[in-house]
Amino acid sequence: MPGAERNTITTDLALVTAIRSGDEGAMAELYDRYSSIVYSVALRVLQDAGAAEDVLQDIFMQLWRNPGAFDASRGNMGAWLAVIARHRAIDALRKRRPESDIENVVVSVEPDLASDAERSRAMTKVRGALETMSASQRTALEMAYFDGLTHAEIAEKTGEPLGTIKTRIRTGLMSLRKVLAA
Amino acid sequence: MSAHEEYADDLALYALESLTGDERTALEQHLETCASCRRELELLRGDLSLMALTTAGPKPPARAKQRLMAAIAKEPKMPMVVKTASEPARRSWMRLPGWVGWAAAAAMVVLAVSLLRENSSLRRDFASLKAQFGEQSTKLEEANAVVATLLDPEAKKVELVAAGAKPQPRGKAIYRKNRNLIFLASNLEPLPPEKIYELWLFPANGGPPIAAGLFKPDARGSATVVNPPLPEGVEAKNFAVTLEPESGSHEAPRGTVVIVGAGE
Repeated sequence: MPGAERNTITTDLALVTAIRSGDEGAMAELYDRYSSIVYSVALRVLQDAGAAEDVLQDIFMQLWRNPGAFDASRGNMGAWLAVIARHRAIDALRKRRPESDIENVVVSVEPDLASDAERSRAMTKVRGALETMSASQRTALEMAYFDGLTHAEIAEKTGEPLGTIKTRIRTGLMSLRKVLAA
Repeated sequence: MSAHEEYADDLALYALESLTGDERTALEQHLETCASCRRELELLRGDLSLMALTTAGPKPPARAKQRLMAAIAKEPKMPMVVKTASEPARRSWMRLPGWVGWAAAAAMVVLAVSLLRENSSLRRDFASLKAQFGEQSTKLEEANAVVATLLDPEAKKVELVAAGAKPQPRGKAIYRKNRNLIFLASNLEPLPPEKIYELWLFPANGGPPIAAGLFKPDARGSATVVNPPLPEGVEAKNFAVTLEPESGSHEAPRGTVVIVGAGE
């Protein structure tokens, strides 16, 4: 539904515009909409509720201080926040300093994640896609995605050749794309 | 995938931030000139963002929202135009003598006239503040647009050098004490494996250099650092960029100096 998607994106942008003028209510609404995505990603990566809460707090606080970091050119707000939550959580996990340019990523994704129904539909599809993968494909993808490991680190941990890990990750992502496009 | 087949494995790893070293550098150089691989990268990031949904379930505790909203409320705000007076304590008028009513009525008339004048004055103040706010908003929008262009990785950035000369690494730090530090660099060499660039502020009081942010250049050798956390009240004498181990050298620069401020 491209029309519905446009409307919801406008609503996200309208909230961001209201936040720019210091509207705390708009911030609360945006938080209600996306805090569970940000928190659950951070919790999955960090495995620690307190640390995940800190990531959640940092991301929304930064959005309050600099709402201009998000604009329509960044793509879909839910997806953009999910990408940032993963990066920040991995930075915290590996005790890295936050990368300054992560907010600049452009995320191109079809489903709009602003509504619970869209999120739920997309979640079912992605879980279905993960189930179609072989266990080794899924593990390699999850180690890279949720543990922030490089392909060399995954190869070392699993005892598999580098090339095998690379191929597994790519073919895993191809199956994900296929299921999402269906 | 619609991108170049030979880069397909590396693009997937790059989207996951799992590609390092020479492979990363080679791919970034290719991305600079290949629009179809750049588009594929955006799509891969989109696909991967949906992986986040598989974690759905746990909700943040209610106190997290309270903590956020309390922190937001403490942030500096625009001054309020009108203050609400605290409500006076209720009194029992029934026990007071009759003349008090007339005196109170007279006082109310004086108060009403005074309030009308104050109201009119507040309206004028409000109109003036509104006009100022509108003007400042316009200036802020213009400033935001300028900053957005400066920091946009997609913006065309061209370094002009003497004809025939090779572009050299260079940087520009713009600093206002307690306000902003904006650092823009160009023509930086790609990072060797497990290395990172680090910006340093040299205080005017001769104190030790202060770490002002780790950064990686993009495929074109450009990088920005915007408002890194810095101690309060530091006057800057100079800035420099060093090449450091990937975790950075937070206490003092250990690596080689890549670029340094030309003057004090």
